[in-house]
Amino acid sequence: MRVTLFVPCYADTLAPNAAIATVTILERLGHEVVYPEEQTCCGQVHGNSGYFREALRLAERFVDVFADADLVVAPSASCVGTVRHLYARLARRAGKVELAERFEALGARVFELSEALTGPLAPGDAESFFPHRVTYHPTCHSLRALRVGDAPLRLLEAVEGIELVPLRRAEECCGFGGTFAVKNADTSAAMLADKVAAIEATGAEACVAVDGSCLLQIGGGLARSGSGVQALHLAEVLAGARSE
Amino acid sequence: MTAIRPFPDAAREGLANPQLRANLARATGTIRDKRRTVVEETPDWEELREAGRAIKARTLAALDEHLLVLERAVESAGGQVWWARDAAEANEAVARIARGHGVTEIVKVKSLTTDELGLNEYLAGQGIDAVETDLAELILQLDGDWSSHILVPALHRNRHEIAELFRRTIDREVGDEPAALAEAARTYLRKKFLAARMGVSGANFLVAETGTAVVVESEGNGRMCTTLPAVLVTVAGIEKVVPRWDDLEVFLQHLPRSSTGERMNPYTSLWSGTRAGEGPSEFHLVLVDNGRTRVLADEVGRGALACIRCSACLNVCPVYERTGGHAYGSIYPGPIGAILTPQLVGIENAATLPYASSLCGACYEACPVKIDIPDILVHLRGRAVEAGTEPASERVAMRGLAHTFASRRAYESAQRLGRGALRLVPWARVGPLRAWGRARDLPSREPRTFRGWWRAR
Repeated sequence: MRVTLFVPCYADTLAPNAAIATVTILERLGHEVVYPEEQTCCGQVHGNSGYFREALRLAERFVDVFADADLVVAPSASCVGTVRHLYARLARRAGKVELAERFEALGARVFELSEALTGPLAPGDAESFFPHRVTYHPTCHSLRALRVGDAPLRLLEAVEGIELVPLRRAEECCGFGGTFAVKNADTSAAMLADKVAAIEATGAEACVAVDGSCLLQIGGGLARSGSGVQALHLAEVLAGARSE
Repeated sequence: MTAIRPFPDAAREGLANPQLRANLARATGTIRDKRRTVVEETPDWEELREAGRAIKARTLAALDEHLLVLERAVESAGGQVWWARDAAEANEAVARIARGHGVTEIVKVKSLTTDELGLNEYLAGQGIDAVETDLAELILQLDGDWSSHILVPALHRNRHEIAELFRRTIDREVGDEPAALAEAARTYLRKKFLAARMGVSGANFLVAETGTAVVVESEGNGRMCTTLPAVLVTVAGIEKVVPRWDDLEVFLQHLPRSSTGERMNPYTSLWSGTRAGEGPSEFHLVLVDNGRTRVLADEVGRGALACIRCSACLNVCPVYERTGGHAYGSIYPGPIGAILTPQLVGIENAATLPYASSLCGACYEACPVKIDIPDILVHLRGRAVEAGTEPASERVAMRGLAHTFASRRAYESAQRLGRGALRLVPWARVGPLRAWGRARDLPSREPRTFRGWWRAR
C-alpha cells in the first residue's frame, strides 16, 4: 500500500529517529512510503494556545500538501488529533463550513502509527526484535483524543524478546502539554517528577510512547535524573531487528 | 471586578507544601478509586452521561422559559421568588428577608453559590451571623479559611489540624479521634439548629414543573437547616433548573457516583414551597445571575453551565492534585473552575486559568454530563489572545513561527538556524526555555533532520 508520511515539525528537526524508524517498519511490511517535502507543521501549538487565525492558515496549507494522499500516517497522536478534530472545529467556529468539510474528509484518512498498523495496514509481521525490559506510557492524546486503546500494547506484545512491565498510574499525564510546560513550568515539573519516579520504579530499560513531544519531556526528565532509562518511540522498538 | 492572582504564581505555594501535596494525593486517590468502582459496575454509564448532557443542553437552550415555569410553580406552592442580577442584589435580598423577621443569626447548609456571592461577609456587615453547618464548611469558617475543593472543602486540612482548631474555638477538651471531633461539632451545631429562626440553603437542582428545590448532602445537617427554622431561603444560580421531575432520575444516579463514589446519596432533601403545620412557614427562592447570562451567550463556553458540581474533574486532574484548589483563585477550583471563573469574572481578570491545564482530557472523560472541558479551555485561550492578555513577546513569536511554517523554504532555513543555535546557545539558562531547563535536559542534538536523512538515502 502507498503510505504518505506526515512527520511533525519537532520530530523532523529535533528527534528524527522515530520518523526514520517509521519508514523502516512500513517498508519492511512492504508498503511504499512517500514523504511530501512541502510539509512543515500542522499548527497544533497555535491552535492549542489560542492563536486560531494562524492555526487555520497552517491547517489550510496542510490539506493542500496532503490533498492527494489516500492514507497518511504520523508517529504522533497529538498531531493526528489536531488534524482529525481541531481543524474542523476551528473552521466551523470561524464560519467556514466548506473548509471544515474538507478538513473532515482529510481527517478520516490520517492515522497515528499504532492505529494504522492495527487498522488499515494490518495484518503484517514486521519481525520486530527488541530484547529489553520495557514499560509503556499511554499518552493523553492517544488514549483520550484518538482512543487508540491497547493498540500500541498489542504491537509491543508481539515483539520478539521484549519484556513488558506495567507502569503505575500509567494513564496520568506526564506534564508536557505544549506551552503548558513553559507557562506552568513548576506544575509541569512536579507532574514529570512523579512520572519519572514511576518509570524508574519499574526497573525498565526504556519507556515507550507514541508521542514524540511527551517523549521529549519524559526523556528530558529521565536524563536529568541520571537513571539511564531511555525514552523511545514505539516505532523505534518495532524497528528493532535481529539481523542488525 | 478585581483580577485573580496569576495561576503559575499561586500554584507555587501548593507545589512547595509537602503536607498539602500528601493530603491531596491521598484524598483524591481514595475518591478516584471509589468512583471508578461504582462507575464500572453501572452498565449504562455512558447512556446516563449522554442523558445528563442532553437534558442540560436542552434546558440551557431555553433557560428563560424554564425559569418562568419555575417561578410560577414556586409561587403557586406558596413560595416567593427573588431575581438577582448580581451578588449585591442577591445578598441584599437575603439580608432584607432577615431584617424583616428581626433575625440576627442564621444557619446555612453548604452552598457554593453563596460563597461565590460573598453572602456571609455581607450579612456580617449587617449584624447578621451566618453559621455554616456542613462540617467541612464549619471548619473553614472557624479558621477564617476558604474552600479548596467543591465537595470536600477542607480537603487541605488533616484531623490533627482540625482538632487543634476545635480546641481553640468550640471545645477546649476535644481529642484527635474523628468520632470525638464529629461529636464536638454535633453538640455545637445542635444548639444553633434549635435556636435558629432562619435557614439559608443552596440547591443542587430546581425542578421547574413542580417548583421543587433539591439538596444533596451526606451529613443530615442540611435537612435540619431546611426544616427547623420558620423561614427558609434558598439561593441558587439560574443554571440549576431542570425542566421535569423525571430528569432527577438521571442526575441522582450519576451525581453521588461521580462525587463521593457512592451508589446512592445519604440525605436527599426535596421541597416545594410551604405546607401548613410542617417545616418552614415561609419559603424564598433567590435566583442568581451574577455573570451566568454572559456565559450563556457564548455558544462554546456555555457548556460550563451544565456542571452539577460533582468535582469528579478535580479528583482526576493531575494539575489540581499537585497545586491544590487555592491556586485557582476562586470558590470553583480545578478544571471546572478554569473554564467557569474566567467566564464569570471576565477573561481579562482570570486569563491564566485557561492555560492551567496540560489538556490531558482526564476531566472530560470523568465528567458525568460530558462537559468538553479541554475544548472550552482552548476556546477560552482564543478569547484571551483576542483580548490581548498574553505577553507581546509570545504574540510576536507565534506569528513569526506561523510565518516560518507557511513556506517550505522559510521552514528549512529556520531548521538550519535553530539547530545551529541549539548547539551554540545555552538554552537551559536563557529565554523561554530556561523554565524547561530547570527540571529537564534538552534533547541531545541529532546529527541530521528527518528530511536531511530522507534526501540522502
